[in-house]
Amino acid sequence: MALSREEVEHIAVLARVGLSEADVEKFREQLSHIIEHFEVLRQVDTEGVPPMAHSVALENVTRPDEPSPSLSADQILANAPEKDEGFFKVHAVLE
Amino acid sequence: MIANEGLATVGIVYETVIGLEVHAQLLTASKMFCQCSTNYVNAPPNTHVCPVCLGMPGVLPVINQKAVEYTIMTALALNCSIPTSAKFDRKNYPYPDLMKGYQISQYDMPLGIGGWLTINVEGNEKRIGITRVHLEEDTAKLVHRLSPERIPYSLVDVNRSGVPLMEIVSDPDLRSPEEARQYLIKLRSILQYLGVSSGIMEEGSFRCDANISLRPQGSSEFWSKVEVKNMNSFRAVFRALTYEVERQEKAHREGERIVQETRGWVDEKGMTVSQRTKEYAHDYRYFPEPDLPPLTLSSAWVEEIKARLPELPDARCHRLISQYDLPLYDAALLTSSKAMADFFEACLMEKPQRAKVVSNWILGELSHLINVEGIEISQAPITPTHLVEMLDFIEEGTLNLTIAKEVLEEMFHTGKAAAQIIEERGLTQISDVQELEELVERILAAHSQAALDFKAGKNQAISFLIGRVMKETRGRANPTLVNRVLKEKLEKGV
Repeated sequence: MALSREEVEHIAVLARVGLSEADVEKFREQLSHIIEHFEVLRQVDTEGVPPMAHSVALENVTRPDEPSPSLSADQILANAPEKDEGFFKVHAVLE
Repeated sequence: MIANEGLATVGIVYETVIGLEVHAQLLTASKMFCQCSTNYVNAPPNTHVCPVCLGMPGVLPVINQKAVEYTIMTALALNCSIPTSAKFDRKNYPYPDLMKGYQISQYDMPLGIGGWLTINVEGNEKRIGITRVHLEEDTAKLVHRLSPERIPYSLVDVNRSGVPLMEIVSDPDLRSPEEARQYLIKLRSILQYLGVSSGIMEEGSFRCDANISLRPQGSSEFWSKVEVKNMNSFRAVFRALTYEVERQEKAHREGERIVQETRGWVDEKGMTVSQRTKEYAHDYRYFPEPDLPPLTLSSAWVEEIKARLPELPDARCHRLISQYDLPLYDAALLTSSKAMADFFEACLMEKPQRAKVVSNWILGELSHLINVEGIEISQAPITPTHLVEMLDFIEEGTLNLTIAKEVLEEMFHTGKAAAQIIEERGLTQISDVQELEELVERILAAHSQAALDFKAGKNQAISFLIGRVMKETRGRANPTLVNRVLKEKLEKGV
C-alpha cells in the first residue's frame, strides 16, 4: 500500500516536523515501504486467535498508593531551555 | 446534516439535547503512574515531580491500584457494568501541558460502561444514562503571563501532571440546563459519598465540559452540537448552557447554521465565544500503552470492591424518609451533600423525634448562611452540638425564634456555644408573666387607639401591639405569653 503525498504531509504536521518538497517524496517512499512489511504480517492466519493488547503475558501489574519524595525543583528544571519563577518557560499558548 | 437545518424555521418547538463530560481528580495519596504526592495545591511549582510525571525517556509507569479501585467503585455506584478486562491507551497530541506528548488514557476498553444515575425533574425521578467511566492522568498546569514589553509567554507547573483523573461521560439524555445542573449535583454527591473525589469545581478537582445541540421536539435525530468548555462552577454551567440554548435557537430561527465547534464560556461577559484555533486535525492516534500490561477484572475483585460501597445519596434519602418521617423534599436536599446529611443525623443522636425541626433549621437559616459564604457545612465553625443546644434553649423557652436566628448566625461564624452567646449578649427570653403584664400595661396606655380598634373588632390591632412589645424588649419577650397577656388585658378592658 503506497502513501499519498497528503498523508505524508499530515503525518508531518502531527509529528511537528517541517518537510521540504524533496523530503515529502523521500519519506513517502520510505514510509510506504515500511507499511509493506505490515502487509506481510497481515497474511498470517489469525483465525481463532484472540486479539492482544500487549506483547508480554503479564496482567494487573499495580503498586500500592504510597507517596514517596519527588525530586527537587532545581533538579526538575535542570534541563529546561528557559525557566522563570520556578516554572518551565515556553512560548505563549493560547487558551 | 439534515434537510431543514439551516432553513428559516417558524413555529418549530425546539428540544435541548445535552451530554456532559466530567473529569474528577481522585483522592489518592500518590499520582497515577508514579509515587509523587498528589498534595500539590499550595505547593511551590515543580516540587511534586519525578522523571515519570515529567515524561523523561526510559521511565516505567506503574498503575496505582487504589485509583483503579476508586474508578471501579464509582462505575458500580453509577450502575455500570464492569468488563472482564480493561487496558490503557496512548492519546497523542502536542501541547505544552502534556509532558510526554501523549496522555495515558483509556480508549476502547474502559473500566465501566453503560450505567445511569437518577435526577429529580419536577418531582419525578429521571434516569440519565452513563456512557462510560474511565481512568486517565491529569496534565500539567499552564500559567499565562505578559512580559513588560507586552510579549505573552506561558509558564508550566508540572505538579498536577499525572494526578489520577476519572472521566465520566453521560449519554445525551439531559433536556435543559437545569437538568444538567441536577445531574452535576447528584454526580458530585455520589463521588463525595464514595470518598473518591473532593468534587470542588472552583478548585478544579471536578471539571465539566458540555455538548449541547437543539432539535425539533419529538425528533430523534441529532443536529450539530457545540462543545462548551471553561465553566468553573455549577452556576457557570447553568448560565453557559442557558446562553447556548438561546444562541442556537436564535440561529436556527434565523436560518443560520450552527457550526460544530468548541466554545469557551466567558463568565465576566456572560457569553460563549468560539475557540476555533488553527485548524489542525484531532488525530489522536490511540494505541495500547506498551508500558502497561492490561488489567483483568475478576469477579472476585469486583465483588470485593462492591462490598466496600458505602450508603449512597438515593439510599440515604429513602432511609431518612422512613427513619425520621421526613418529606421527600427535605430528605433529597439534605442528602445532596454528604456533609449536610452527616450534620443532620449528628443532630438527632438524642432526640430523633426532632428531625423536622432540625431539617427546617439546616435547610433554612443554616443553608442561607452557607450559601452566602459559599462553603460546605463542614467548613463552618458551627457543630451539630451547637445547633442541638440552641434547639434545647428554644424548647425550654429561653430563646424565641427571632433571637435564635441571631444566635445561630453568631454560632455559625464564631463556633461559640449558644449558652455563651446568650450570656454575653443578654438574650434570654422574657417569660416572667408579671414582668410582661407590666410591660403590656405600659404599651396599652401609650397606644390606647389600638386598644379601642381591637375592641371595635379590628383583630389586626393585636399584631400592632405585639410588635410594640417585641420592639420594646428587642425581641426577647416570649411571643406566646405576650399574646396571651395582651388578650387577657384587652378583654378585661384595662
